[in-house]
Amino acid sequence: MEETLAVRKLDRLGVVLVAGGIAATALLPFIYVKANRIAAGKPMLLTQLLPQPSVLILLVLLIATALATLFLRNAFIRLALGTLCLAGLIAAIGLTATAATPPSSTVARMTPGGSFWVLFGVIGLIISDALVKIRLTPWMRVAALVAYAALLGICLSSGLLDSLSILREFSTRSAQFWTEAYSHLLLAFGSLAIAIVLGLPLGILCFWVPKLRAIVLQTLSLIQTIPSLALFGILMLPLGYLATHVPLAADIGIRGIGTAPALIALVLYSLLPIVANTVVGLEGVDPSVRDAAAGMGLTRRQILTGIDLPLAFPVILTGIRIVLVQAIGMVTIAALIGGGGFGIFIFQGLGQTAMDLVLLGAVPTVFFAFSSAVILDAVIDSIRGSAA
Amino acid sequence: MSMIEIRNVTKRYGTATVVDNVSMNVEKGEITVIVGTSGSGKSTLMRMINRLVPITEGQIFVGGQNVIDVEVTELRRKIGYAIQGHGLFPHRTVAQNIATVPQLLDWDSARIAKRVEELLGLFNLDPATFADKYPHQLSGGQQQRVGVARALAAEPELLLMDEPFGALDPVIRGKAQDDLLAIQKQFGTTIILVTHDMDEAFHLGNQIAVMSQGRLLQCSTPEKILTEPADPFVQQLTGTSDRALKLMSLLPLKESMAPAKSGLAYALPQSLSLRDALAEMIWQGVDEAAVENGEKAAVGSISMSRLLELGRKA
Repeated sequence: MEETLAVRKLDRLGVVLVAGGIAATALLPFIYVKANRIAAGKPMLLTQLLPQPSVLILLVLLIATALATLFLRNAFIRLALGTLCLAGLIAAIGLTATAATPPSSTVARMTPGGSFWVLFGVIGLIISDALVKIRLTPWMRVAALVAYAALLGICLSSGLLDSLSILREFSTRSAQFWTEAYSHLLLAFGSLAIAIVLGLPLGILCFWVPKLRAIVLQTLSLIQTIPSLALFGILMLPLGYLATHVPLAADIGIRGIGTAPALIALVLYSLLPIVANTVVGLEGVDPSVRDAAAGMGLTRRQILTGIDLPLAFPVILTGIRIVLVQAIGMVTIAALIGGGGFGIFIFQGLGQTAMDLVLLGAVPTVFFAFSSAVILDAVIDSIRGSAA
Repeated sequence: MSMIEIRNVTKRYGTATVVDNVSMNVEKGEITVIVGTSGSGKSTLMRMINRLVPITEGQIFVGGQNVIDVEVTELRRKIGYAIQGHGLFPHRTVAQNIATVPQLLDWDSARIAKRVEELLGLFNLDPATFADKYPHQLSGGQQQRVGVARALAAEPELLLMDEPFGALDPVIRGKAQDDLLAIQKQFGTTIILVTHDMDEAFHLGNQIAVMSQGRLLQCSTPEKILTEPADPFVQQLTGTSDRALKLMSLLPLKESMAPAKSGLAYALPQSLSLRDALAEMIWQGVDEAAVENGEKAAVGSISMSRLLELGRKA
């Protein structure tokens, strides 16, 4: 009796996901076949590609995953089917792209269409839902991230996806891609490091001096409200002036455009979450713990480093997580003022109405932001788990 | 020479006087309980001894030395400190918590480990079970015991306790008070304890200091607080309805018994107070009982009429 009930009771999230997947498969193109980068593509539905074996296999896997999502409670089976289905999806897009590319053509572009992205998202959600239900420990979540990244890496390095437009764009700019990846991460992590070095002491000071707190936090909130593009513009003037009038400033690389204003703007945006979370974290420390520490003869510095900061650390780390994810996204805009990073591809692509080039910048940015969020969440959870 | 001398100490915050010209002495090895309602200045007075609160006027001497002349962290490391809600460090284990002050004093690790084990045993916490636990894994009573053990870790001569049993339920509180008395007897530690609970003050104190609105109303033995209250407020605080029984609870049976008699069917242990002896005799329905020592040998006797006489207003 219970079992029949369990079967009849549909998974609500599953219904939404499966409905979305079916609608996308039926209505949106799976792939656009374009004669060249900017030509209007010929949309192909998944059903129009049917004779191909990879598409047949994908459809079977999609149906199996849909049924499992609707009727099966076992998260492990769902996870396995979802992962298989994801691999099938990636293989199918790669193989159909190769099949549609005219032999020896270098200008033809095969771009994944709407139904590919929707299916990718739906399967991703099914997998992450299953992972949540399995209740992985924090470090198992990182391991899962590494496993799926490795799966993606294998697909990329095997040449399976080489016919896809995004990889065509990559192959013509692979050297530049890695340079921009390096400067993107350097800007994101560099601004984070500077923001921690400045923000942590500022947060501690704000906690000790309540009068300072209101001024500092309001100033930093005000900075957050300035649109990033405007802030880059505001910084260009004083930095440009500095570069032309102070020889030393120009020597160490300070200019009105480029890395310097990008870095300064990113640090300014990063300060509020770090300072605010430091203050909140320190306020969350039980005053009786601090009183006992002082009463036993710990010095002010010993209380700070031995009691206050370790106890506030999970909250401070939450601020650092916000800042890192925010910075990885925001660095793309720095490309507009010559700061480098994946934004270069995005703005080039927008300028040339070449969406494939936009994707070459956007996809790795999303990947890095997502990975840092998962890793830092795992660190925060494991600290909370051991101390709570 | 007194262990602690408080001379004309005053504490003001702006225009508000929190402690008003208080003078009192505490003898070595005694338990002094400071009682008063909340806002009476009792905690502030105690916190001035280890300079957690700066003294506005007057002097405090600990062991003959003015506390102002001692470097503040050095002063505090020599004085044990236990507070309500224990104040244990949540991110450190029980053993690490207890080792806090010995570590600050640079004891070698073997000596620290030995001391931690000794203290855990003393407070009935099995070292093998409890040393590596975190405070949140303990019950309220266990946390409180670890808090007191931590305060005693560096063998201080003086222990300051701010409502240490305030967060405990009555049964555990009574047990914790008895444990404290036993440990104080063993180490001879001088204790200053702040509480708002008059029964706790009578149970623990060799000396009781009653404070109200920053002033010290009376500082004397529990008997005198009962029989010769210096102020209507002191009388009100001690209560009048059961003062005969309160007084009897302060008097040991051992010192009031008559010589031993033969032919008494019922015997009481000599460790009882007069109050407990009275209660026991009412319950058993006897008019006279023998008093025996720990080896069950008769050392005296006590009659109901003698007990009633002893409880009478002097």
